[in-house]
Amino acid sequence: MAIRWGSYKVKNLHDELIRAAGKPRDYASDLCEYLRDLSDKDINELKAAADSAIHVMGITFRVYSEEEGSIDRAWPFDIIPRLIDKKEWDEIESGLKQRVKALNMFIDDLYNDQNIVKDGIFPASLLKKSKNFLPQCKGFSPPHGVWAHICGSDLVRDNKGTVYVLEDNLRVPSGVSYMLENRHVMKRVFPEMFAKYNILPVDDYPSQLYDMLAEMSPRKIEEPEIVVLTPGIYNSAYFEHAYLAQQMGAELVIGSDLVVDEDDCVYMRTINGLSRVDVIYRRIDDWFIDPEVFHPDSVLGVPGIIRAWKAGNVALANAPGSGVADDKVVYAYVPQIIEYYLGEKAILANVPTYKCNNKQEREYVLENIHEMVVKPANESGGYGMLIGPHASEAEHEKFRKLIKADPRNYVAQPMLILSTAPTMVGTKAEPRHLDLRPFILSGKDVNVTMGGLTRVALEKGSTVVNSSQGGGSKDTWIVDMEDEE
Amino acid sequence: MSMLSRVANNIYWMARYVERAENTARLINVNSHLLLDLPTRVKLGWEPIVDILSFRSIFYEHYEKADEKSVIRFMLLDRNNPGSILNSLAFARENARTVKEIIPQEAWEQINSVYLFVNENKADAFSRRSRYDFLRTIIRANQAITGLLAGTMTHDDGYSFLRIGRNLERADMSTRIIDVRSASLLPDIDEDSQAFSNIQWMSVLKSMTAYQMYRRQVRVRINREDVLSFLMQEARFPRSLLHTLEQVDFSLAQLPNSKEVINKTRQVRNYLLNANPAKLKQNKLHEFIDDIQVGLIEIDSRLHEAYF
Repeated sequence: MAIRWGSYKVKNLHDELIRAAGKPRDYASDLCEYLRDLSDKDINELKAAADSAIHVMGITFRVYSEEEGSIDRAWPFDIIPRLIDKKEWDEIESGLKQRVKALNMFIDDLYNDQNIVKDGIFPASLLKKSKNFLPQCKGFSPPHGVWAHICGSDLVRDNKGTVYVLEDNLRVPSGVSYMLENRHVMKRVFPEMFAKYNILPVDDYPSQLYDMLAEMSPRKIEEPEIVVLTPGIYNSAYFEHAYLAQQMGAELVIGSDLVVDEDDCVYMRTINGLSRVDVIYRRIDDWFIDPEVFHPDSVLGVPGIIRAWKAGNVALANAPGSGVADDKVVYAYVPQIIEYYLGEKAILANVPTYKCNNKQEREYVLENIHEMVVKPANESGGYGMLIGPHASEAEHEKFRKLIKADPRNYVAQPMLILSTAPTMVGTKAEPRHLDLRPFILSGKDVNVTMGGLTRVALEKGSTVVNSSQGGGSKDTWIVDMEDEE
Repeated sequence: MSMLSRVANNIYWMARYVERAENTARLINVNSHLLLDLPTRVKLGWEPIVDILSFRSIFYEHYEKADEKSVIRFMLLDRNNPGSILNSLAFARENARTVKEIIPQEAWEQINSVYLFVNENKADAFSRRSRYDFLRTIIRANQAITGLLAGTMTHDDGYSFLRIGRNLERADMSTRIIDVRSASLLPDIDEDSQAFSNIQWMSVLKSMTAYQMYRRQVRVRINREDVLSFLMQEARFPRSLLHTLEQVDFSLAQLPNSKEVINKTRQVRNYLLNANPAKLKQNKLHEFIDDIQVGLIEIDSRLHEAYF
């Protein structure tokens, strides 16, 4: 037998499937039993089946490297799913809804009355220095006060079993297509397990997304024109942009397909001439979306699009300026933000976060940098981070200097020992660290995906799960155990 | 919902590149076989393949002589050759990737996998033994793409652009094959060496996958006149020039604002119908084909003006 749970070591770890050597968690026992009975040959066949499905489905992502430019890589996928009991998930889901609701109120407040600043909860100095606060959006409020219609929040679990929110992605979060495709691959590879478990479906995401976007249309017409605006095929998430457009039956457009006419409406260039656009799901960053307002030399964006948006002639998701709430300094304030707007305690925990703009906290970070994870406020994708325990003395010193030079731009967190799940290494299963990115849609209602995208660090001991840096992914199963016969 | 201009353009080019890859594969397969049948004193060789596709100057930038190995590498796999099969498939794939949300998933998968197949089995191109299967696989995979699109894609505007692209590309290739083949084959052959002449006209037919269909229709001995009028004017044969032009005409009629392009297409078609190309002497035939080629280019630019 290839996988022996008896020799699967979880000491000092919290493993998502295995409670203790040889003892699967209740909800994972059927799966672990099934895996245990597989021969090496079976496992290799399953892996080959998954690889070939990924290959043929053309599931790829692009990686940038200085030597090779941008290259397409097949999506690295692990065949063992990550399971979460629905009872636990329900709690996480309400935590996410609460969080995103408060964050949207926060953004709306910042661009309008700024009560949270006036009331002394959120420091004016931080707002002043925020790179993602767009003065151009002041005095504007989108329908329902919702700015971040699509949010991807990263969750982790530490070795005690506590779930934390690691960060919120409110600008153009990506990964949802991989969540959907992972499920398709698993259905091709493990059809037996789907018969055995009551796995909550994820496939309705595209139609929920469509409904949410359609509802945003300024023209109240039967079939509003919805488009997905992509930077183009060289973007690392292009696969996802095309995928979502296809799944929604929306048009996938690039900047040059769109034009803002003298009437301040957005049109796309078609074989029939210009055709009005109502809703734009944009996957281009704020800075590039409108050369009239932001980066004047951006060729990705659409001149005048902000004008059209502010005139109420087109809806943009996410709204420009939403990023103000997802930098890593604002993150530290989220528990207070939730309390301020909703009068509730945060359901989901924040990772304890040291703000380097605070003198005391900064001193602590500088002294303990070798034990901490240091993050720049406005980077994503794991770029520009320091993982103290894994870094050299020279790197520690470099980050001490960076922090002193621009304290507002850095936060630090204690190094969490992330939970693990069994991951195939050859034909053996070994624990590998992982996280989870659920996606939250906010329109009239708030919807959370059933699970999300589980990203796994494929290297032993590593906690970097980003696909651009050697991460892989797993299908995520929310399993309803109470419904079992 | 009307189609984005850029998307129409990408579909059009995707279809052209898929067709180009298939035609090139057919051409090379036929050449490989023809060489086996010809007497060694007839220097047919591989150079005409380079000429048919007008790549002479690029070719000689990178290779010294047009021997089998060089031409095969150049035509099948060379990234420096914009018309190599590998590049055609890569371009088809890039175009398909940008219109993935428009074409059926299975068709995209097929385009993706034929590209990967060629890229991963390059070595098979060189030995004559494996080359046949290698090229057959490419031809079949491309036919599968066409079939999947015909059978699973809504026959909407996008499909019209697809057909226009495929047929214009086919027309382009057909004129090239007729032009170069009929010119380069004949002079070296003795008038009375009937057997070989026969073989050569067979090769022209086979380069366009027309031999069997021609045979069913024309019972007399294979001769230049009948072959030329079949390849150019037989409306019912799907690779003939006339057929491709009529397909373009038909597809254009489904599209909005197509008057200008249709007029141009009909002009080229009428020119073809009113001429008697089979009777033309070799140099006149060459001029005639040049005119048709110019016409095809004009259709392409009218398309760009109207839609892209």
